[in-house]
Amino acid sequence: MISKQEVEYVAHLARLEIDDAQKDKFTSQLNDILLYIDKLNELDTTGVEPMSHAIAVTNAFREDRIVDSLGTEKSLANAPDGRGEFFRVPKVIE
Amino acid sequence: MELNQLTIHELQEKIKNGQTSATQVIESVFNRIDVVEERVHSYIRLMKDEALAAAKKADEDIKKGDIKPLTGIPVALKDIVCTKSITTTCGSHILHNFVPPYDATVVEKLRDAGAVFVGKANMDEFAMGSSTETSCFGVTRNPWDLTRIPGGSSGGSATAVAADECIASIGSDTGGSIRQPAALCGVVGLKPTYGRVSRFGLIAFASSLDQIGPFTKDVEDCAIMMNVLAGYDPRESTSVQTEVPDYRQFVGKGIAGWKIGIPKEYFIEGIDPEVAAAIKKAIAVIEKCGGQCVDISLPHTEYCLAVYYIIAPAEASSNLARYDGVKYGYRTSEARDLLDMYKKTRTQGFGTEVKRRIMIGTYALSSGYYDAYYKKASQVRALIKHDFAEALKKCDVILTPTTPTPAFKIGEKTDNPLQMYLSDLFTISSNLAGIPGISVPCGFTAAGLPVGMQFLAGHFEEGKLIQIASAYEKNANIEKRRPQL
Repeated sequence: MISKQEVEYVAHLARLEIDDAQKDKFTSQLNDILLYIDKLNELDTTGVEPMSHAIAVTNAFREDRIVDSLGTEKSLANAPDGRGEFFRVPKVIE
Repeated sequence: MELNQLTIHELQEKIKNGQTSATQVIESVFNRIDVVEERVHSYIRLMKDEALAAAKKADEDIKKGDIKPLTGIPVALKDIVCTKSITTTCGSHILHNFVPPYDATVVEKLRDAGAVFVGKANMDEFAMGSSTETSCFGVTRNPWDLTRIPGGSSGGSATAVAADECIASIGSDTGGSIRQPAALCGVVGLKPTYGRVSRFGLIAFASSLDQIGPFTKDVEDCAIMMNVLAGYDPRESTSVQTEVPDYRQFVGKGIAGWKIGIPKEYFIEGIDPEVAAAIKKAIAVIEKCGGQCVDISLPHTEYCLAVYYIIAPAEASSNLARYDGVKYGYRTSEARDLLDMYKKTRTQGFGTEVKRRIMIGTYALSSGYYDAYYKKASQVRALIKHDFAEALKKCDVILTPTTPTPAFKIGEKTDNPLQMYLSDLFTISSNLAGIPGISVPCGFTAAGLPVGMQFLAGHFEEGKLIQIASAYEKNANIEKRRPQL
């Protein structure tokens, strides 16, 4: 079972703010989902290699050759607060 | 028949014979959009000016005899694939103003093949949903019954084809997001093998499951689209370097002597009786075509949904960490400091379902829970993949219903996430195993709602799917209906 405090903590980890009403709703919905997911513990998976990708591709190398990159102007074109060559953000420390 | 109602191959004939032009075709599509779009809402953004210019250019090419596989064919793009200089939102407020500086590989390929882009199709926010109700830009309605959902997450791509607001479209499928809406809207939808189509420029949801594929009006069109979309891309490290066949050669080939696997776990209680009846009738057609049905078992089927609802949210929580208000997209205007800016931006920018999944995923990956959830799910995923490998030793393809029920009512499942997740019950397993799947229309319920049948095959066996789907389509004699709008 996930508690309301844990929901708060997970929200912080995910960089989300949730209000009290939403906290209650999320706690109960996440518990429903986690309860359902618990079903997996019926299965003994000792010794089963976890699968990460459907098609095993290792070392997907391509030729190392210089191609055009996006460039500063295009990279900053979508920035909410682009200044010169930088992405500007609010202050980090007092 | 109006031009916008025709298939790719029918239009190609007319264009080649000089019976019509790319401009006439695109005008016919936009005339239709003028009439029905307000009610259906397939699109987040129309690209009329670009489309008319592209059609004009296509007509010049046609005059010069330069006709490519999709010259002059109007195609809709799910708003999850990046289009250079055209706003790409992924159905989310957090990307409401994002203008990609490049095209996705599939967009490049379609453009190079002569396609004319009609617009960006509506979708569940970040492709998280089965009904297109979580889009930040309004709901899309099922053209067969406007009070019902079109399925999702590629709902707009499905309705645009079903309502003849384009000729073909592009969707993406992480747990059924092409096949489920294709079934509910009565069109053909294919999810290729993981690695068959480049995901470069596809906004990521769950990277080990996502795959791009086409929606079309018939199976031959599906083959034509796959010929354009499939293939290795050096910009996408999970795209696979294997040969791509000419998919069109599989159309009309027949399936005499094929073994068709019927997995007992997919014919369960809880399937809508009208869906079950339509599938039973379809199986009889397959047998008439020379297919021999064999009973197979996919023993871990009941665990697929649980595995999916760990793996997909976990990968999503990681992929969506990039939306922080720094480099692109929405940023809050009321931040005290950097942490506050991140939190407010994400809280205001994401919708509820996206937050819910980020929360599940963050929890599953958080310290102390990784082994219990993500690792466990990845182990069971290996068992599911093994089930398919074993089953496919006994048969050429697997046949299932695409969805347990026809389209449900708008609002019916929005408050119950688990109920909503259950509508992907039959499609999720193939994403987990990485195998291809196709949904083809196989009839209607008494109320006139479409029903879809799904075929699954081994890795890189899209050709087999096209072969059996085309054999079925040819022999089923399904009544040709169009939604009354």
